[in-house]
Amino acid sequence: MSEDGELVFRRPAALSDVVTHYCPGCMHGIVHRLIAEVIDELGIRERTVGIAPVGCSVLAYHYFECDFAEAAHGRAPAMATGIKRTHPELVVFTYQGDGDLASIGTNELIHAAARGENITVVFINNAVYGMTGGQMAPTTLPGMVTTSSPYGRDVKRQGYPVRVCELVSQLDGTAYIVRRSAYKPAEIRKLRQALKIAFQVQMAELGFSLVEVVSNCPTNWGMTPKESLRFVEERMIAYYPLGDYRVRDEVKTLK
Amino acid sequence: MVGTRLSGWKGYRTMKILMKGNEAIAEAAIRAGCEAYFGYPITPQTEVLEYMARRMTELGRAFVQAESEVGAINMVYGAACTGARAMTTTSSPGYSLMQEGISYMAMSFVPCVIVNIMRGGPGLGNIQPSQGDYFQMTKGGGHGDYHLLSLAPSTVQETVDLIIEAFDLADKYRQPVTVIADGLIGQIMEPVEFPDLKEPQRPERPWALTGAKGRKKNVITSLFLDAHELERENLKLQAIIAQIKANEVRYAEYWLDGAEIVVIAYGTAGRIAQTAVKRAREQGIAVGLFRPISVFPFPYDRLREIAETAQQLLVVEMSAGQMLEDVRLATCNRVPISFYGRMGGVVPLPEEILDKIKGLAGTGS
Repeated sequence: MSEDGELVFRRPAALSDVVTHYCPGCMHGIVHRLIAEVIDELGIRERTVGIAPVGCSVLAYHYFECDFAEAAHGRAPAMATGIKRTHPELVVFTYQGDGDLASIGTNELIHAAARGENITVVFINNAVYGMTGGQMAPTTLPGMVTTSSPYGRDVKRQGYPVRVCELVSQLDGTAYIVRRSAYKPAEIRKLRQALKIAFQVQMAELGFSLVEVVSNCPTNWGMTPKESLRFVEERMIAYYPLGDYRVRDEVKTLK
Repeated sequence: MVGTRLSGWKGYRTMKILMKGNEAIAEAAIRAGCEAYFGYPITPQTEVLEYMARRMTELGRAFVQAESEVGAINMVYGAACTGARAMTTTSSPGYSLMQEGISYMAMSFVPCVIVNIMRGGPGLGNIQPSQGDYFQMTKGGGHGDYHLLSLAPSTVQETVDLIIEAFDLADKYRQPVTVIADGLIGQIMEPVEFPDLKEPQRPERPWALTGAKGRKKNVITSLFLDAHELERENLKLQAIIAQIKANEVRYAEYWLDGAEIVVIAYGTAGRIAQTAVKRAREQGIAVGLFRPISVFPFPYDRLREIAETAQQLLVVEMSAGQMLEDVRLATCNRVPISFYGRMGGVVPLPEEILDKIKGLAGTGS
């Protein structure tokens, strides 16, 4: 409280008052909070339905104070479609990692985007399967060592990373496709703004919105949190450039 | 206020019409108050999708042609999570693809209706009628301990009646309910009567995801990391299955009085067997027919009683003998059991079954 008793900072109403299971230094906590802040700001907590993935954020439904479903691995965009088509007045978002969204769930993602479903996808890309203990993901960088690419990802044998924003932004059904990060305060502010716009795009029924967050994994990258942020800034963003990949003209008029 | 897709519901008057089985399934679902349909084209069920594409859109209800059966079942899962009456229809290979989503729905207690118009298999098989998915339909199908209520009609009329009932049963048990038919029932045209239907009287659904307005948040999940908690959820599911077993056994009996031979067949095979048994009766053979309508729960008790008086049983299926195993379980092999099955989409002729009956009666050529 400030001197005159004005509340200047508090937990967002959309964020549950519980301890998360996330590792120290992981960006999930930051992104959860930003989503909750945006839900509060837009006043939509009581009509928002979230869909948790399979992966590190499988328990995301414990951390938000809105209705939630837990999807099968990769199927969140299909589930979101079913919810949104039946109840267009709800605000529906999925929260998915790179294994969930860019590997096992590519089909569901691409077609939800192509149909222009009025849903919002929050995509956490940390280039590794976190929950299963650090295996190669579709977004693992070339040369990056994981438990299933122990000699470093060899693109000749293990293929190239999938750049989701570049891929999805080709689809006409998409309205707002952007890539952000959260490795420093300025980027966190930009990410918050992007999340807000993504929800507004859905509420204005402009089409499919996706915010990719270039994220970290100190635990499975074998780094300190600080080292992992440097890796995000220097290596991850070099392969996954931050920016706007598709912003339909109508989006620019949103207030 | 969460809008209902059934706003403007005026009810339906009785309608008698000549209709293809698949179209009748679609119309029955619409009349039962289906609010959301998601499907993927696959022969021999595609007419359901086509009919729904036209009618659901006209009625302002949800329809999506999904990218796959995996997508379709997860859209059903999503829609059903909001408490909407949701349905998908498919055929065998598509039903295989849906197993993941179905297992999730069973464990998270989410009702829906799923129709499998079975075709020849395994693999890509063909598009002819088959009953090769009996195990998958009755023994679980996906991973984990569950069984779905599974109803097997033998005519288009019975299909309509069971589809309408399936939605109420799904509500009652908070589980997916399946209707298991085959390509013949899907494709045949028959006169069918749709009953008067008013807006469905549905149980309260306090669990549904409709936005946490004026209440605590709802979560629908099948994830229970603590072993004891997951066991408790399993016990809840098993209690529902026990209720289904106690309440939902259905079967039809034909000419069982004094029957020394009892033919046991369901669905299309049951219908063909009916013709064969009738002819055999006309020739003086003491034969009857027992036709399970619920294949899960299987009518074990009634069949056990029948086996006490019958001298021989003949199981007829369009498979290598899947229901046959349930007949053995029911009767503990107390009475000799013969089997006649056709596979690969071959539909048995009444004459083939009649020959088998005659052989068992000792009056064959």
